Amino acid sequence: MLPARSFIPLAAFLAVAALLAIGLQNDPHKIPSMLIDKPTPDFALTSLTGDDNGFSHHDLKGNVSLLNVFASWCPGCRVEHPMLMQLAARGDVPIYGLNWKDRQADSKRWLAKNQNPYARVGLDESGRVGIDLGVTGVPETFVIDRTGRIRYRYPGPITQEVWQEHFEPLLKDLRGLQ
Amino acid sequence: MRGKKKPWLKVTAATLLMGLVLAPCHAVTPDEVLKDPVLESRARALSQQLRCVVCQNQSIDDSNAPLAHDLRVLLRERLAAGDSDQQATDFLVARYGNFVLLKPPLHWNTVPLWIGPFLILLIAGIGFRRYFGRSKHAATPEAPSPLSDNEEQRLEMLLGDGRSV
Repeated sequence: MLPARSFIPLAAFLAVAALLAIGLQNDPHKIPSMLIDKPTPDFALTSLTGDDNGFSHHDLKGNVSLLNVFASWCPGCRVEHPMLMQLAARGDVPIYGLNWKDRQADSKRWLAKNQNPYARVGLDESGRVGIDLGVTGVPETFVIDRTGRIRYRYPGPITQEVWQEHFEPLLKDLRGLQ
Repeated sequence: MRGKKKPWLKVTAATLLMGLVLAPCHAVTPDEVLKDPVLESRARALSQQLRCVVCQNQSIDDSNAPLAHDLRVLLRERLAAGDSDQQATDFLVARYGNFVLLKPPLHWNTVPLWIGPFLILLIAGIGFRRYFGRSKHAATPEAPSPLSDNEEQRLEMLLGDGRSV
């Protein structure tokens, strides 16, 4: 029987291995948002159609809503698009679009082809509003409460699983606070 | 043998040439550069300290990502508008967090990052001391017990035999 002391290196190795294994589970691209529980930054953008009063942070008040950052050049947006269409059809929560670093003509064409799930789309051609929101890539989706405060951010495409795990419980909570 | 002389010369030359090729590899494009050389050098110095949030292991000064370009332009705009280096950095930290700083500040949640290496070094040092300390101890055994009368006699006999032969 070996003395207990001789197991110390093995224990230390296992501890380090466990720590590294946990580290590997973290996606380094999902950096935490700085804007959680903060009001949506002020912005005023032209809307996609250009025939109304545009799209601004005021539009995000009064209702629990989603703000989806997308672009016609983004493959992940195509992946999540059917999910957004499904949510729009259910009509539980209004979805606003922030068209990030894109051209108006391209996004118009893209939405005409794939259908439009958005209550309103703002054109952020320079990407500055995205930077104010701390956007690191597209797609990215924010949950915004009635007072216009950002409550959650999900980077990456929303799938059925993501929706059920992260969005549904939060939306239920936020609605319950009526 | 003659053809193989000084292979290290070729390696060194190749390395130097590669260095020449890589050296001017900055992502900053001429249209981004500020007219004021003082502001531009401040912007360069600052952007070398800021992490690109897309490619992550590059500074925004090095990165070709479109977002890095936008951040470089934004940084230059802020400096041109009279921001101090600290204000310009804080502007980005407010949006992307301390993550954008390639050198993270000492903060309660970055303490492990700062003292971790020294802690591990300390533990390793203690381990080494104990390990080598013990083996040195093992190398100097206790003084041998004096020979018994019996052994003295045998020794005498053996040595005596040696001399007589």
